[in-house]
Amino acid sequence: MRNNEQAQIPLIETRGLTKTFAATPALSEVDFTLYSGEVHALLGENGAGKSTLIKLLTGVHKRDAGVILLEGKEIEPRSPRHCQELGISAVYQEINLIPTLSVAENIFLGRQPMRRGLVDMKTANRKAYELLKAFDIDIDVTRDLSAYSIAIQQIVAIVRGVDLSAKVLILDEPTSSLDRHEVETLFSVIRSLKERGIGILLITHFLDQVYEISDRITVLRNGIKVGEHLTSELPRIQLISEMLGKALTEELAVQKSGISSNGLDREPFLRVHGFARRGMMQPFDLEVRKGEIVGLAGLLGSGRTEIAHLIFGIKHSEQGEAYVNGQAANLSSPQKAVQYGFGLCPEDRKEDGIIADLSVRANIILALQAKLGWFEHLTPKKQEQLAEEMISALRIVTTDMEKPVKELSGGNQQKVILARWLVSNPEFLILDEPTRGIDVGAHAEIINIVKRLAQEGKAMLVISSELPEIVDYSDRVMVLRDKQVIAELEGDQISEAMIMQTIAER
Amino acid sequence: MQPQPILQLKEKLADLKLGGFSWNNRAVWSVAALIIILIVNRLISPNFFSIDMVNGRLIGSLINILDGASAIILLSIGMTLVIATKGIDLSVGTVMAIASAVAVMLINQYEAGAGEFYYMPGVVILIAVAAGAICGLWNGFLVAYLNIQPIIATLILLISGRGIAQMITQGQSPTFTNETLAFIGRGVILGVPFPIYLCLAMLILVTLLVRRSAIGLLIESVGINARASFYAGINSARIKVMVYTLSGICAALAGLVVAGEVKSADPHKAGEFAELDAILAVVIGGTSLNGGRFNLFLSALGVLIIQSLLTGLYVSKLHPTANLVVKAIVVLAVLLLQSDEFRSFLKRLFRRRA
Repeated sequence: MRNNEQAQIPLIETRGLTKTFAATPALSEVDFTLYSGEVHALLGENGAGKSTLIKLLTGVHKRDAGVILLEGKEIEPRSPRHCQELGISAVYQEINLIPTLSVAENIFLGRQPMRRGLVDMKTANRKAYELLKAFDIDIDVTRDLSAYSIAIQQIVAIVRGVDLSAKVLILDEPTSSLDRHEVETLFSVIRSLKERGIGILLITHFLDQVYEISDRITVLRNGIKVGEHLTSELPRIQLISEMLGKALTEELAVQKSGISSNGLDREPFLRVHGFARRGMMQPFDLEVRKGEIVGLAGLLGSGRTEIAHLIFGIKHSEQGEAYVNGQAANLSSPQKAVQYGFGLCPEDRKEDGIIADLSVRANIILALQAKLGWFEHLTPKKQEQLAEEMISALRIVTTDMEKPVKELSGGNQQKVILARWLVSNPEFLILDEPTRGIDVGAHAEIINIVKRLAQEGKAMLVISSELPEIVDYSDRVMVLRDKQVIAELEGDQISEAMIMQTIAER
Repeated sequence: MQPQPILQLKEKLADLKLGGFSWNNRAVWSVAALIIILIVNRLISPNFFSIDMVNGRLIGSLINILDGASAIILLSIGMTLVIATKGIDLSVGTVMAIASAVAVMLINQYEAGAGEFYYMPGVVILIAVAAGAICGLWNGFLVAYLNIQPIIATLILLISGRGIAQMITQGQSPTFTNETLAFIGRGVILGVPFPIYLCLAMLILVTLLVRRSAIGLLIESVGINARASFYAGINSARIKVMVYTLSGICAALAGLVVAGEVKSADPHKAGEFAELDAILAVVIGGTSLNGGRFNLFLSALGVLIIQSLLTGLYVSKLHPTANLVVKAIVVLAVLLLQSDEFRSFLKRLFRRRA
């Protein structure tokens, strides 16, 4: 593709890029190049420096040392807006568009075509339609952005970025909330952008996608560049070991929790019969025993999260009954569920999980304190002790426990929420996408923690979009489709192929 | 660029903790603002800092500031907690009027010789405070259980409250002579006005209540992220009812202070616009209107800043018509001083000059 790579002037080139936050180096002396017409994947664990590199390139932060060249000329990124003017656009996981405006308005926000001093929506609509059509996206651009799927919203954000005359497009985790079909749509957009000569810097945690779409890979670890490869020449195992800085085998070598075959005869910890809610979930039954991991598998929107919400009382069930240890239980609110020894790590960490401005310590003790009530106050000493224990047990990376939790990386925030429930000593944990949006290393750690908790005798209900993960740890798998439980797999039946086949069955 | 002593002071203060709240920049700048205003006052009026003992009572501008600030400080206690939950209580001024109306009407029955126990001064005070609590409970119910936006929910009582107070006083502004009730507003213990003790006691009591229990943490948690708090099993409705009720109680106490000062209940004027001063003080004290971290003492400091400014204006012999504008300008200056963005802007400006 680029045989004469050396001769070509890179679109972006950094030399010795360095950034330090409060005496902690986030990025040290990183040389990075991006050529026109390539997809360059930037990979690394939590704290590798991926976000820092992006923020330096888009002018969010100012570098401490090093140079940034755009088409061979040195640039001085001052702000994201300045960088957009230079031709560097970024589209983030959380889409920065306005859901209540139309698609066309979003694309032309701040630079609407004018006619006689008024906004010319007709031209805007036509242009927006044409822009999207060029990527084979044929939609009604006059409808609100929120009417469309996340994938379409993401593509709208990309189209807006590219139309701002971008030369460089940075995509930060664009696929993490998309299903397989939507990923395909997005990838075809990326391919046509490549053909137009745009350089694409891609950050993602899905290795399959890296191999599917990227031309080159740069691996960062702890702020240092550890490797730069042509994707076609890099074996996966080498990539993973570069990212982790260690051999992967030991991490994955934890055996399955393995409930004994006669264990299934025991009275389950939780038994739910006929829970349902109109417009949300069809009636379902569910049993979870102590020491057992039940996986919920299904496509996005199949009803996995809905089951978790109904059981935890976030939405209360309109029918059916629940039994905890054989006793009828009222699960109409999280407060009640918590009193039965339940815990839920929600899918959306930011909105439903962390209390951003509070410290790591306060976040960890929060659920326990809520359970104890107003006046049974955990003393500061006790709080510190609990936080200390959890930080070391879950290997939460933070400089100290009084740091606001919002300053931690995604994987560590996830661990803090897990810690929040563990200190409340739950008997039953629901984990909704516990590994979403976190890197390979923390991914393996979280999976190990899940298995360990089951071995310690906790009942577990785990939701994940990643089939290998579900297959790896589940003792039983409930398969969902269209807000309905359609099958329950056990033992040898549990395999990726079987799950996919079950979902595909008619 | 930065004067060194201030930097060192900042570092030292950063190590201190008060009521579970670390002394951040805001606190330092609030203290600085108060000191600057006091020094300016001293320059305008040379005997500003002097305090004399007259008839067993301390007399002086500083005492006047504390005494004059007491009603708003009481309001700011409840208001801080309400704002920390991401709410707001617009009704505190009218609750002051309701509580003082209740107290004065009852006490006059007592003075008229009605024998029932509920006309006795101590009981009257309790009933007036209970009336405030009921008003707060009502606000809390609207906000927490009917999910009405706090600004609208408390607006209802802001509007109707004066009417209620007028109905209680039958449209009059009754005066009273009972010394026990008047003591709350004008009593003196060891030379110091009673309202100052009341404020200090409430500040300490409420701080202990929220920080020695889990309430403070839960308030902050609900204020920062209500959804995540719900997911963590926090009963945020109960927390909200509690803070609005406490705000009602604080407002009732403030109403009694004001009634005691003038020995009457004025349903039209008592506590008029007091809610705005209280909100302003809370903001100057560093609690964000977006909810979250709070500190009751910093809010009280905010009240003192406003009150020192007003006192300064009175002694300055500036034409009174200019007072409100000057007040606005100084408040703006204090808020700018606290803003990180503004300070780094100033720093850049000076660096360019140098």
